[in-house]
Amino acid sequence: MRSLATARPRPFRLGTTGLVYLALVSIVLVGTAVAAARGHNLLGTANLVDMLTRSSLLGFVAIGQTLVILCRSLDLSVGYVMALSSVVAATTMAGDPARIGLGIAAVIAVSALIGLVNGLVVTRLRVNAFIATLGMGLIIKGYLDTRYKGPAGDIPEAFQLFGYTRIAFLPLSAAAMVAAAVLAILFLRMTRTGYHMYAVGGDAEVARMSGIHVERPVITAHVLCSVAAGAAGLLVAARFGTGSTLVYASGYDLESIAAVVLGGTYLLGGRGGVAGTVAGVLILAVLDTVFNILAVDPFFKDVLRGVIVIAAVAIYARRQVDRTASRSRFAGSRGGPSGGTGDPPHPAPAEQGGRT
Amino acid sequence: MTRTAVPTAPGRIAREAVSRLVGGGSGTVFALLILIFAVIFAINPSFAQPPSMLAFAKQAAPLVILAVGQYFVIVSGELDLSVGSLVGAQVVIAAKLIDGEESRTVPVILLMIAFGALVGLVNGLVTTVLRVPSIITTLGTMLVLYGAIRLWTGGAPTGALSEAFRRPGRGGIEDLPVIGQLPWALLIALAVGAAALALTRSPYGRTLIATGDNDTAAAFSGARVWRVRTTAFVLSSLLATAASILIGGFAGVTAQVGDGLEFMAITAVVLGGVVLGGGRGTVIAAMAGALTVEALFTLFNQLFLPSTIQPTVQGLIIIAAVGYAARQRSTRSP
Amino acid sequence: MRIPRALLAGGAAMSLLLTACTTDDPDSADAGQELTPDEEWFDAEEYENQLAQRDIEPEGPEDEPWLQAIEPEMADTSEYKLEGEDAEEPTVCFSNASVSNPWRVTGWITMQQQVEVLQESGDIGEFRVSDAADDDNQQISDIQAFVDAGDCEAIIISPSTTATLTPAVEAACESGAPVIVFDRGVNTDCMVTFIHPIGGYAYGADAAEFLVEELEPGSTVLALRILPGVDVLEHRWAAAQQVFGDSELDVLGFEFTEGDGAQIKDLVTQHLQRGDVDGIWMDAGDGAVAALEAFEDAGKPYPVISGEDELSFMRKWQEEDITAIAPVYSNFQWRTPVLAASQILNGEEVPQEWVLPQQPVTEAELDDYLERNADMPSLHYAKFGGEDLPGFPDAWQDR
Repeated sequence: MRSLATARPRPFRLGTTGLVYLALVSIVLVGTAVAAARGHNLLGTANLVDMLTRSSLLGFVAIGQTLVILCRSLDLSVGYVMALSSVVAATTMAGDPARIGLGIAAVIAVSALIGLVNGLVVTRLRVNAFIATLGMGLIIKGYLDTRYKGPAGDIPEAFQLFGYTRIAFLPLSAAAMVAAAVLAILFLRMTRTGYHMYAVGGDAEVARMSGIHVERPVITAHVLCSVAAGAAGLLVAARFGTGSTLVYASGYDLESIAAVVLGGTYLLGGRGGVAGTVAGVLILAVLDTVFNILAVDPFFKDVLRGVIVIAAVAIYARRQVDRTASRSRFAGSRGGPSGGTGDPPHPAPAEQGGRT
Repeated sequence: MTRTAVPTAPGRIAREAVSRLVGGGSGTVFALLILIFAVIFAINPSFAQPPSMLAFAKQAAPLVILAVGQYFVIVSGELDLSVGSLVGAQVVIAAKLIDGEESRTVPVILLMIAFGALVGLVNGLVTTVLRVPSIITTLGTMLVLYGAIRLWTGGAPTGALSEAFRRPGRGGIEDLPVIGQLPWALLIALAVGAAALALTRSPYGRTLIATGDNDTAAAFSGARVWRVRTTAFVLSSLLATAASILIGGFAGVTAQVGDGLEFMAITAVVLGGVVLGGGRGTVIAAMAGALTVEALFTLFNQLFLPSTIQPTVQGLIIIAAVGYAARQRSTRSP
Repeated sequence: MRIPRALLAGGAAMSLLLTACTTDDPDSADAGQELTPDEEWFDAEEYENQLAQRDIEPEGPEDEPWLQAIEPEMADTSEYKLEGEDAEEPTVCFSNASVSNPWRVTGWITMQQQVEVLQESGDIGEFRVSDAADDDNQQISDIQAFVDAGDCEAIIISPSTTATLTPAVEAACESGAPVIVFDRGVNTDCMVTFIHPIGGYAYGADAAEFLVEELEPGSTVLALRILPGVDVLEHRWAAAQQVFGDSELDVLGFEFTEGDGAQIKDLVTQHLQRGDVDGIWMDAGDGAVAALEAFEDAGKPYPVISGEDELSFMRKWQEEDITAIAPVYSNFQWRTPVLAASQILNGEEVPQEWVLPQQPVTEAELDDYLERNADMPSLHYAKFGGEDLPGFPDAWQDR
């Protein structure tokens, strides 16, 4: 994964992604030392498996979320898509190994459709992404709560292997997540749509003027994000052996956004990448495992997570300020609040007034 | 397309009626509000009687106040996700510290105000000075408050609120002719609304909106952007504190109090036509948005709509209303 | 531009109209329609079984209900008996679903106090705990981590969801360490013992039968539920539907409240605006006081109500002299798993399915229970069963 990070093309992204991996390595080192003091081996097979398994589920969601955030959008419906997908998978497969393919296809179709609707509502109806996807989440929640009363369906043993098989210390699910990350990176670097995502997220107006169909990348990102959440739903189903409607209450929506920004992607779009997100997810997983070893109170975990996410993003922000200041001639192309799907513009202290 | 006449006609009337007051651009929410109430009255005429309406006002007051706070933050170009956790934290703090002693009511409320201001200050400074996007800042604050308060109380609230603490949220001026009880909550919400309206007309309010519209331009024209925004966060947290006093007063302490209120408040504000990203929308419309959200729940209830399907209908209406408002804006602005 | 705009407006109007249409059904269909329990959640045999268990005298020490069992079938545990050095201070691991509600917080304190006693006597050594914060996937990882660590001499699991945790519990069983499951169950019988009070059907029926008995035929009842899809709660409601279905009561409907006092008060207030409510059935006591206050504020007489053995409700019940019952989902069950662990590691027999007694608190016992818990905070549960532990009462008071 390190090689992926160093392969990032643009210097400013390499900087942040490098920093994220540096943070990951130092957290692993500190965690190992702390665990060793307690007589545990953080890098032993058991703990490695634990960390990687924890990261695979959030990983899928966060990879998709990265694409959406790169386009200066946001997806708050991912938790609900996960829950719906797990139920669709479990009820379609209905315990029959012959129907595994059908189940996967159904999940992809359903989640892609939801992503398409999200994308269209955001781009065509110009509903703010925050509200559009929140509303979509509510719609799915209502459907799930009305239609299913609790876990539904049955996952055949053969597909449960997806959730439990591992090669040495590498769980199959984590390998699949890394494969998805590689695909996403290739997509962003090799395809036109991928390239346009950065352009649209950076500045939709400039992108439009340079002849890009600004809606297409946003819609594509939403579709891919939902499909990624659908993949997470498949993993949930494989691990649970059934479809779980209540997964949406586990907070994957906000956590995935936290993982994405922890990975150095700029919340207002245009900067960042999937490699950083994977590191962000791993950081959260390592912290979780270390907290577990130390038997940290679960409520204290929330406090620590909150502080860590804020602190990390503050550090990235600081670096970005320094870098941009030293490359001020590029600042012009990034200026001005765009009227897109945006989140609130990044605050600029008065003395930094030249930049948004 | 005769059906479209239903929402647009009252919408236009409402717009004209309030356009001078609110400056236009938020017609959808008033149309929706009128439509929802029309349906409620049609189903249950007795709801139009003063006691029912006042009971509605009492339960809607906290969300209206939260929406005002959220409005200041949103119009300045930011977002405050921490208000739900803050409401929960404040109610739990009040219960634990008051512990049923009447005499502690006022000191504890003062402490809560100080705590609220502190939370807002931290949100504001982290966002402006450390340049962390507000969605992350307040997400972090939300997690910290959620965890810290449960860490402090061991997971479930302890203690009890005093009668005096509960009065603003629960009581009112009693035994009035016709209307019965005039809830304090309504008076407080009206006062907050009036103060907010005055504030948006003040130099500070104009700077706030200008900052949300274009902070670069605002900075060039001499505004201290960081101070303007930090103040907005402090206002939001203080109003969340006020809301927590009303909510705690209304229903007492439960472990889940405050859950999800941040999304309700943001929904209310956006439904009121206030644009996420800042600079556009009025505080009156934001309050109307809060009333609309509450009215929607009342409507669902009056219709005996199964609780499980309510989120779906809520989601559809929100998307449709916000989409409609966005469409109107884009056709009119050029 | 005009068409989509018109469409949007139409959409908004349509959704409003749609809501208006859908709702005619429950309105006109009255009570009968929704009073057939959902098949998914209603197992007639288990229902009858639980109702019968309420009247069976449990076996075991009389003043220690957490060690009693109803019709136990003992399981041999000699294969788990630790010998020699292993037997000294064995590590016991506990995967907890969460401590996210007052009932679980109370039980968790009791469990920790019981563990201290057992640690003092050397029956168990390290007590390793993971808390999954209500996340099923997290709990699966937690259990896996215990299995992989390999040094847990016994694994205690309080599953967050029945169906989804089944594979993880099976994996734990395969590790060879004795597995103890309590509170919610799983769809497997690989564990050494499954500890639980009688169950959700008995709880829901206790509450519903009380309302049927105390209310005149034709009286209206409102059901307040926390959230859908959780089996212990669905069973309570299924049993209530069964009981109400055979009665003359008019069930107005049910509402999901998430246990939030403000929502409960809102909903009850609105129902009172529409008409009288004579009885309130709740699937858990959280927020029962808020429901009662809605009646106070509306100037209506108190309803007949079923709450829970939570103290805020019981105190209100006593103060206002309400007609009420407190069904109990025995909180003292949190003591049993650690005791069972030490018994199993000593090779003593334990019941395969350890059904603990579960009896509602009635008017007659109200004063007694309130006196015993006089110094406890309001979100404490009367039948927590920790009065004889050394940490009593401080541990439960300062949480």
